[in-house]
Amino acid sequence: MRTLIILAAVFAALALVPLFVVSDVWLNIAIMVLYSALLGQAWNMLGGYGGQFSFGHAAFFGTGAYTVAVLQVQYGINPWVGLFAGGLAAVVVAAIIGYSTFRYGLKGSYFALVTLAFAEVLRILSNSVPITGAGVGLLIPLQVAPSNLQFADKGSYYWLVWAMALAAFLVAWWIGNSRFGAQLMAVRDNEDAARALGVRAYSVKLRAIMLSGFFSGLGGVFYAQYFLYLDPHIAYGASVSIESLLVPIIGGIGTLFGPLLGAIVLHAISEFSRDLIGDIPGISLVLYGTLLVVMVLFLPRGLAGLLIRRKAAPQTPKKTEAEHA
Amino acid sequence: MPEAMLEVSGICKTFGGVRASRNVSLSVPEGKITSLIGPNGAGKTTLFAQITGFLKPDSGSIRFLGEDITGASPEDIAQAGMIRTFQVVKPFAGQTVRDNIAVGAHLRIRSRRDALAKAEEVASEVGLGDRLDQDASSLTVAGRKRLEVARALATEPKLILFDEVLAGLNPSEIRDVIPVIRAVKDRGITILLIEHVMQAVMSLSEYTWVLNQGGLIAEGEPRSVVSDPHVIEAYLGKGMAQRIAAREKTDA
Repeated sequence: MRTLIILAAVFAALALVPLFVVSDVWLNIAIMVLYSALLGQAWNMLGGYGGQFSFGHAAFFGTGAYTVAVLQVQYGINPWVGLFAGGLAAVVVAAIIGYSTFRYGLKGSYFALVTLAFAEVLRILSNSVPITGAGVGLLIPLQVAPSNLQFADKGSYYWLVWAMALAAFLVAWWIGNSRFGAQLMAVRDNEDAARALGVRAYSVKLRAIMLSGFFSGLGGVFYAQYFLYLDPHIAYGASVSIESLLVPIIGGIGTLFGPLLGAIVLHAISEFSRDLIGDIPGISLVLYGTLLVVMVLFLPRGLAGLLIRRKAAPQTPKKTEAEHA
Repeated sequence: MPEAMLEVSGICKTFGGVRASRNVSLSVPEGKITSLIGPNGAGKTTLFAQITGFLKPDSGSIRFLGEDITGASPEDIAQAGMIRTFQVVKPFAGQTVRDNIAVGAHLRIRSRRDALAKAEEVASEVGLGDRLDQDASSLTVAGRKRLEVARALATEPKLILFDEVLAGLNPSEIRDVIPVIRAVKDRGITILLIEHVMQAVMSLSEYTWVLNQGGLIAEGEPRSVVSDPHVIEAYLGKGMAQRIAAREKTDA
């Protein structure tokens, strides 16, 4: 219950940001932080709480983005409808990936490779079929109106992504405090032991990937409406997949606030590096890669791991354990 | 014998050229502690894995509470009320003792709060009441064994299969854990043990089966089984039974 109150307080404070930040540059950074936190939390639901490391969250992100864009551009369907359609389309993709991996017991790097392959297949498909505009991409026509999910001011975009992130963080809180979450974490920590206790591992993992896919798809919808342009590389390229996993790994995998911390740190680093090093193409990826290695080596529990007091300190001397081992 | 709770008949399982189970049949009576013993590699754990759905037998059938459960999934078998523990303990490391036990409790309890309350109740029954907030991976081996018992108990099972729950414990810890197992039985839960610690087999179980090279070689009350020549040979080698008998004769 205490974490829920902290969560509410943090998001209440975050909601006030546009009232105090007037600079569009800073507001844009704040928007991108919440957007990264949303993508990171989506990944965290499956990767952090479920222990299933996906390298292909772009498959969900891109499906959400393309759904809202294609519905608008090709069929003239309102993006508010597209918002939910995008989330649901991502859920369908998640269900297909989940079925084809978890059904056959794929784990660890095999699971990661299959998710990566799915994202790549979707990228190549979207690069060749006319409905997605192929390699040229899709330009969503500028028609600024709230009913059209396009806003004149950055503040409104901020509140849109704030609401999406809030929903994702509430779901993550629920995972941490529910039967579903307890079973998901049990499967992560030891699948055989969990199954012996009656946890339906396959169904639990499938539900986790679908939740994760939904919020990643929402992130895609937001991207499409904010930048009004999509191409196969943006939607299904590796950079979204990397961002999705980097944010929670930096912040603290399997923790509620990890993705928010990670998003803040990641954007701080990328802004500073741009100032210091200048805009060398690809330099941010080099930096991210280095950061990932450093985090995994020295802080596997992420920044949140530093902040959380270890509540479970060993009470018995180490000696006894060694004696009986 | 009272009505059988678990009925294993004619189980066979081979891995390549190794016959891990050869036509094993046994029936576990309700409300008692029975046990399965045998030298290393006799196929005890493989038999457990087949009974609880982790492995599918090549042939034969398994009935639990009158239902055929041959080839059913571990989850369905746990739901039906049969729970196994593991020889190599598998705590959910990084989670507290309370959270670990609550996973078991969630099998029948949806509400998180009720499951956590149930976990506390079960923890104090097995002597982990003061360790609730401790990380499961920081428990001693004895503590982890208690945790395995607690997680199994929290699922409200009808039958528990303990796979070497006393292995790796020192004599004083064994003396501590044996009453815990007795208490499980006193709650009306049937128990089937795999055990190497003969002290436990003798003092706990009322009936025992001896497995060697995948097949049953003896069964009966533990006291009579351990003096069976076949059993002595399985453990100590061929001719050992006669030599022991001969020595006893000269000693007498």
